[in-house]
Amino acid sequence: MYVGEIRQEFPILQQQVNGHPLVYLDNAASTQKPRRVLEALDRYYREDNANVHRGIHELSRRATEAYEAARVRVAALFGITDPAELIWTRGTTEALNLIAGSWGMANLGPGDEILLSVMEHHSNLVPWQIVAGRTGARLRFLEIDEQQRLDLSGLDELLTERTRLVSLCHVSNALGTINPIREIAARAHAVGAVMVVDGAQSAPHLPVDVQALGCDFFAFSGHKMCGPTGIGGLWGRRKLLEAMPPFFGGGDMIEFVELERSTYAPLPNKFEAGTPAIAGVVGLGAAVDFLAEIGPEAIQAHERYLLGYALEQLRAIPDLRVFGPEDIAERSGVISFTLADIHPHDLATILDAEGVAIRAGHHCTQPLMHRLGVGSTARASFYVYNTTEDVDRLIEALQRARTLFGY
Amino acid sequence: MQLEALYQQVILQHYRHPHNRGVLDAPDAEVHLRNPTCGDEITLQLHVRDGTIEDVRFSGQGCSISQASASMMTQRLKGKPLAEADALSARFTEMMHGSAEAAVDRNLGHLRALAGVARFPVRVRCALLAWNALGEAAKQVRTNGPG
Repeated sequence: MYVGEIRQEFPILQQQVNGHPLVYLDNAASTQKPRRVLEALDRYYREDNANVHRGIHELSRRATEAYEAARVRVAALFGITDPAELIWTRGTTEALNLIAGSWGMANLGPGDEILLSVMEHHSNLVPWQIVAGRTGARLRFLEIDEQQRLDLSGLDELLTERTRLVSLCHVSNALGTINPIREIAARAHAVGAVMVVDGAQSAPHLPVDVQALGCDFFAFSGHKMCGPTGIGGLWGRRKLLEAMPPFFGGGDMIEFVELERSTYAPLPNKFEAGTPAIAGVVGLGAAVDFLAEIGPEAIQAHERYLLGYALEQLRAIPDLRVFGPEDIAERSGVISFTLADIHPHDLATILDAEGVAIRAGHHCTQPLMHRLGVGSTARASFYVYNTTEDVDRLIEALQRARTLFGY
Repeated sequence: MQLEALYQQVILQHYRHPHNRGVLDAPDAEVHLRNPTCGDEITLQLHVRDGTIEDVRFSGQGCSISQASASMMTQRLKGKPLAEADALSARFTEMMHGSAEAAVDRNLGHLRALAGVARFPVRVRCALLAWNALGEAAKQVRTNGPG
């Protein structure tokens, strides 16, 4: 993989920010788009735009074909053998809400338990709080150990015949910790629970095969993997999806409609009410082609190389504290850190003035921040187009912050 | 250069050694505010006698800008009538929105060191957190009446 060539595919990276060449290290929040994604969106609107699944005319046929062809390609990237099991959503948040609102409302009741962890993003926490409130189910939580990995020592006690569903992030957005989903899924299934995986931070960065993971649902976002915003997906096992009630009602998800009742369309349309984000799907298809050409293994290897390179230099900076597992085999390309008494927002402002974009804050994981005993952290996160020069610029900017704060 | 204007010694001084940090017994007004986008929070307490701020304390956590702003604000408020606090708050807010005139207003005292924040629009809300709390606290006093 030649990063110089890959960078050329991203027009947005060829700019100056605050008088410096842009160093974009906020990829866990959202990634940049390669030229071919921008071109796919443009071409779709210029040449093929129409509604899907209904029209008899040529443009509608083309739009439908592009929309469904992208489903097949995205499914292939994640080892999904039946593309009808892949439902388009606005992103991970909507996918998790769909499971909670449909499967959860139909299957949960008083006395049932939902097992989550304290490292979950708010999007894999709040939907379950809502459904627990409505059904009387109870939330339980896996804790983290001193290296911010899931503490599985409590799993036997937490996983019981009352556990109906387990929902965990594959990779923590705030720490980069990679969770042992396969092992947990097997243990969840042993007590008859359904296993949900929040794949927002794994789908873009690791090879993902939903069959090998052994989960029942997998949710992801397109914009974190070079695709447009507003499009993502939910994979679920056919048996589960077919037994679930619809989440949204409307056009395109029905078979026959009478005034008092309707019958629903087969998968995946049953869960895709209304005109979908057609251009978004087309753009995501182009993004997935791009990622598949590079190869998820190569992407992971590149990020791991940058991670090792960055951690070595970061750990040499006095008073810099890095969160997450020590072994880089247990992490993805996310580095959460604090530096002396410099508040993460001050760090982010200073880095921004140097053209270095990072994230500072609670990363939508307030309970986790509470566990870590901090209000917020600074977070640098890598993607396929980042370089060791980007890391060097990050380190230089952190030195500037130290100087400004009198260190 | 803008960064040096933002992180002046006086600001870092207040950040590391804030004035009036702590809690009051039986405050006449107490306001807890959070900035949900960044998690910064402040609790501001006032003792008010005959329309004058006799004592003021703050607690909470936040960045250098929010903490320095709270520290300088409380320093400036002690012993001032509520009406003067209102005027000061209005003037400070003007400065945060880029008013060059406010930035040289001697009434703002040390607070003028925060003028550089106006050039960093996403950080203005940090500087205003304590002042928003002050506005709520003044409202409480006027509604409930000071003891």
